[in-house]
Amino acid sequence: MTSGSAMPTYVGMPSFPDAARRAVADTRLRGNLAHATTTIRGRRESAVAELDDWPELREAGKQIKDHVLENLGHYLRLLEEKVTEAGGTVHWARDAGEANRIVAGLVKATGETEVVKVKSMATQEIGLNEFLAGEGVTAYETDLAELIVQLGDDRPSHILVPAIHRNRADIRDIFLREMEDVPEGLTDSPAALAEAARRHLRAKFLSAKVAVSGVNFAVADTGTLVVLESEGNGRMCLTLPETLISVMGVEKIVPAWRDLEVFLQLLPRSSTAERMNPYTSAWTGVHPGDGPRDFHLVLLDNGRTDTLADEVGRQALRCIRCSACLNVCPVYQRAGGHAYGSPYPGPIGAILSPQIRGIGSDVDASLPFASSLCGACFDACPVAIDIPEVLVHLRARAVEKGPRHPLERVAMTAAGWTLRSPTRLGLAQRAASASRRVVGRGGRIRRLPGPLGAWTETRDAPVPPPESFRAWWARTDGGRNEDHSGGNP
Amino acid sequence: MKVALFLTCVNDTMYPETGKAMVRLLRRLGHDVEFPPGQTCCGQMHLNTGYRRQALHLVKGFAETFEPYDAVVTPSASCAAMIRDWHPKLAPRTAGVASRVHELSEFLVDVLGVTDVGAYYPHRVTYHPTCHSLRMLRVGDRPLRLLREVRGIDLADLPDAAECCGFGGTFALKNSEVSAAMCADKVTAVRKTGAGTLCAADNSCLMHIGGALTRTRAGVRTVHLAEILASTEEDPS
Repeated sequence: MTSGSAMPTYVGMPSFPDAARRAVADTRLRGNLAHATTTIRGRRESAVAELDDWPELREAGKQIKDHVLENLGHYLRLLEEKVTEAGGTVHWARDAGEANRIVAGLVKATGETEVVKVKSMATQEIGLNEFLAGEGVTAYETDLAELIVQLGDDRPSHILVPAIHRNRADIRDIFLREMEDVPEGLTDSPAALAEAARRHLRAKFLSAKVAVSGVNFAVADTGTLVVLESEGNGRMCLTLPETLISVMGVEKIVPAWRDLEVFLQLLPRSSTAERMNPYTSAWTGVHPGDGPRDFHLVLLDNGRTDTLADEVGRQALRCIRCSACLNVCPVYQRAGGHAYGSPYPGPIGAILSPQIRGIGSDVDASLPFASSLCGACFDACPVAIDIPEVLVHLRARAVEKGPRHPLERVAMTAAGWTLRSPTRLGLAQRAASASRRVVGRGGRIRRLPGPLGAWTETRDAPVPPPESFRAWWARTDGGRNEDHSGGNP
Repeated sequence: MKVALFLTCVNDTMYPETGKAMVRLLRRLGHDVEFPPGQTCCGQMHLNTGYRRQALHLVKGFAETFEPYDAVVTPSASCAAMIRDWHPKLAPRTAGVASRVHELSEFLVDVLGVTDVGAYYPHRVTYHPTCHSLRMLRVGDRPLRLLREVRGIDLADLPDAAECCGFGGTFALKNSEVSAAMCADKVTAVRKTGAGTLCAADNSCLMHIGGALTRTRAGVRTVHLAEILASTEEDPS
């Protein structure tokens, strides 16, 4: 894998429709996804419904994030000052390449060749594991689902449940094939699989001298970093090793501890549907005799300040990576996470990836269109990101770069010209009505030509009526002179 | 009150019966309704496909055409949402007229204050609440309150009703595989109800689900809310 590019493992991904076509035909994947997303969805709804003040919490979350984004420079400098005061070291990374080089340099300076990792979106975004491998450093993922993905030489397909596309039979196969210390006679019972992973990971926790983590929240006025996880693997990684390196997107800041009150309610209920997060670790710098002796914080831009410059698109930076939008999305449920060509799948990925990476590749140009604009994601979002609004905004930017289908611009321009004038629309309607004897049999059209054929592959199209409403209105004076003869020639 | 009908380009061209039903229904309730002939399209297809400049022409044309009216009523929840949510963002001067646009069920329940419109429709019907009616316009249960008052109707609950049918305008073409997969699940839900009629407040979604219903010979017809509400014992539709 190469360094430098934003997401090395995702170079050359096909466009969303091409990738989704294969996923839609995969019956096992569809079954796993439908089961998993509907289960999480129902639980989230109940967890959210328990709180009378959910709308107020959501508004507070939105406002805190917007306030930080508006004053990002101030809070970043404050965070750097406080982390440094507490004995940590802050590094600034403009892009994925810089961040990877910083982390690799820090690991190599310890003389170690292995690191344990807490599940982190930022390090997936920059392709850190692949970069470290190239530098002779092995990174071990310690989150159960990330371990499954890593052992299976696979990509994550969900922000919170990275192996959501796998069922327990798949997981047993992967463990038997790839885990060097796998117990004999491993069954596919969840308890047996978890125990195998626990034994496998325990050895890593106890031997590792360096850990790499992400950051859920960074409290600017104390320099405290916060990580939320459910398995305790994070607590191990954050406390046992001698050196801790945390990589965080610059937007992860909250101003003060009291702001965590809001997010520690919003995040667990939206992501795992829990009232309270199981393992919430917070640390401030280093403390002799307690935890890592050496702490490094890598502040990652990687397209975030470009995103911040876009007045409509910047709301994507409010995201707290809860996955609620994935779980309610009918497109994600059918296309799966891999089709989004980035560690950020689902609706949030469709607005985040084309912004932080730019609309250059096939997949990034197609992501803003990977939505029926049904609005379920906006309703579920705990920080009120209007994802449909941003999708529509990014579609205009994608079209400026050139539409995917060569006929599209011609067709849209012709339609626009026709619709700008009621006279031209009336003429087009008469032409459509005149075609009805040719195009349809039994009141429906079974095959349309060209790109419209995508419709009639699975759906009939309606036959134009004998007369448009406009023509009927003019002929009958708004129905006042209805003669019952003109409607059915 | 000077009321205008904004029928929408799709209904005007493909579904004139929905327009005629709107006229019959509103006249029966004592409100004359005009069809300003300058109307064409709200611009939603262009905006949602990324053609903002083309959409802007249509947005301005809409505002000019409907400016003189006290209320504008439309049989498309999706177009009503486009006008109320997006027109003022695209062209701030259109905010006034945009705020006077109502989807049919909103107009009947909120503006006219009626739920019993004197309709008669002796069929088993299931209602699909379209995404834009639910999550953009927030019409809530207004359409169902109107349908419950229809005499002779046998209303069947649609399972997973709030799920998108997969239409999404040009999404149905650009991502036709995913769209078809979503539609297949909607068709399954519709068939579970045993209804012979599927009703919605948007013909574009009905065109999509209906296209799959006829393709699979499901024996379920699609009918716009306006046509059910316009139907009477003397003049059934």
